[in-house]
Amino acid sequence: MSTPLVEAVETIEALDTPARRRRGWRSPSFVLGAALLLAILVLALMSLVWSPYGLDHTDPAARLAGPSARHWAGTDRLGRDQFTQLMLGARTAVWIGLASVAVAFVIGVPLGLLAAAAGRFVENAVVGVIDIVIAFPTLLLAMLLVTVYGASTAVAISAIGIGVSAEVARLTRISASRVFTQDYVLAARTCGTGPLMILVRHVLPNIWHTLLVQAALAFGVAVIAEASLSYLGLGTPPPAPSWGRMLQEAQSTVSVAPWNVLLPGLAVAVTVVGVNLLGDGLREVLDPQLRQERQAADR
Amino acid sequence: MTILETTGLTITLNGQPLVRDVSFGLAARDRVGLIGESGSGKSLTALALLGLLPPGMRTSGRILIDGEDHLGAPDRQWRRVRGRTVSIVFQEPLTALDPLMPVGRQIAGPLRLHQGLNRSDAERRAIEWCDRVHLPDPARLVRALPHELSGGQRQRVALAMALACRPRVLIADEPTTALDVTVQAQILTLLDELIEDTGVALLFISHDLPVVAGLARHLLVMRTGRLVESGPVDDVLRRPRSDYARQLVASAARVTRLARPSVRREDR
Repeated sequence: MSTPLVEAVETIEALDTPARRRRGWRSPSFVLGAALLLAILVLALMSLVWSPYGLDHTDPAARLAGPSARHWAGTDRLGRDQFTQLMLGARTAVWIGLASVAVAFVIGVPLGLLAAAAGRFVENAVVGVIDIVIAFPTLLLAMLLVTVYGASTAVAISAIGIGVSAEVARLTRISASRVFTQDYVLAARTCGTGPLMILVRHVLPNIWHTLLVQAALAFGVAVIAEASLSYLGLGTPPPAPSWGRMLQEAQSTVSVAPWNVLLPGLAVAVTVVGVNLLGDGLREVLDPQLRQERQAADR
Repeated sequence: MTILETTGLTITLNGQPLVRDVSFGLAARDRVGLIGESGSGKSLTALALLGLLPPGMRTSGRILIDGEDHLGAPDRQWRRVRGRTVSIVFQEPLTALDPLMPVGRQIAGPLRLHQGLNRSDAERRAIEWCDRVHLPDPARLVRALPHELSGGQRQRVALAMALACRPRVLIADEPTTALDVTVQAQILTLLDELIEDTGVALLFISHDLPVVAGLARHLLVMRTGRLVESGPVDDVLRRPRSDYARQLVASAARVTRLARPSVRREDR
């Protein structure tokens, strides 16, 4: 058992004030986070049916143009409409973010549950693997994978997913271990309930809210990772647009067209801030302990 | 016929004996009280009887359930016995219930497991059991979450859960210690009624002599992991043979004298 970590979790839980608990769905962090994410999501979804220009459209007459009625966010050095790029980039970010989180959970949750449910030997082995993956930089892992398999969306998703899965596995193990030591699990065992049923009936219902919050935060991490990979040329290959590559391409012209850097940077920031606020708000809403106390306070 | 019997049960942790050479048996309708101070090994003995000792503890001796030795048996074999032949109720009724699961489903769990009942049958049975443990408005209460119930109500739920599959031995590990005195008395009355109705054999574990004496017919006294005395309740109360039992009886008598005559069962 990594006691310092458990203590850290408990400290974070202890930071809650009664005032924060009662806000629930109306909490400012939840509303603001949801609004920011919704904006990004709308951009991404809208790009499926409409964008100001086509992906390949270039306007050679208006290269490095500033924001105008024709090009809301200006153009880059090839005369491509930046708002179009931004919308399509949102689609890439959301898609890779969701897919990586899915990969991370498919790997991380079973691994964490296994570590928590199995004996000490298996637990130590899994914890060792988790620690190695956490210590191994995700970008380095991505570079390795790209070197072997070439740059593609699938490789980016796998690399980010594996990198994030370690954190998911660690949190799952800690949360599940805490449930396993509870008296009601012992009580269930005294009734003859087997390990699998205990996982399904008692452990998962008691940890999914923690995991959901983790999923929100992991999405933010994945979006940053995707932007970093594309910035380095290791992410989704062109022509698929990406905020990271927009940043990289705008870098050389930053003195004449600073807005080209600003916009994708802002998009990444809005997504990550939004998802963190949302995660924070979700935690307040979902945490069963907080929810019970809120109900008790309402009565 | 003896349902549950243990002979020479010894539990050690890192070579340190925690329970030493404990032997006793339970037959149908037996009511045995196991008394001793905290740390004397009572609860460990109870967990050992269900094969649920924490990892790292080593056991020797024999635990016979229906004549079959279960000590060191694989978990599969134990799972068939738990809840169906031997059940247990714990001290703390809040933590012994899953905070996120409606209490009806918690009572229904062992029924579905051992008797293969489907969801609606199991729920109907859960409602019946809520009624049997005198919970108010059972049909509605089964949908409540544990935190919506009072301490006494939760312990009633735990009792219903333990007895739902009609076990033949019920181990009650300090089931009233966490409750206040009036609720304690109600739970003891209920326990008395239930074991009378179902014919289940009772192993009642407590550190509280008056509580045990009110319910048990046979008394086992445990100290530092050993059984120091065993006999019918009246004998142990009137003619305790060991020094420790004498001390227990003397201190219990002192407390009861203070509280006499109305309260028979005094909290601590």
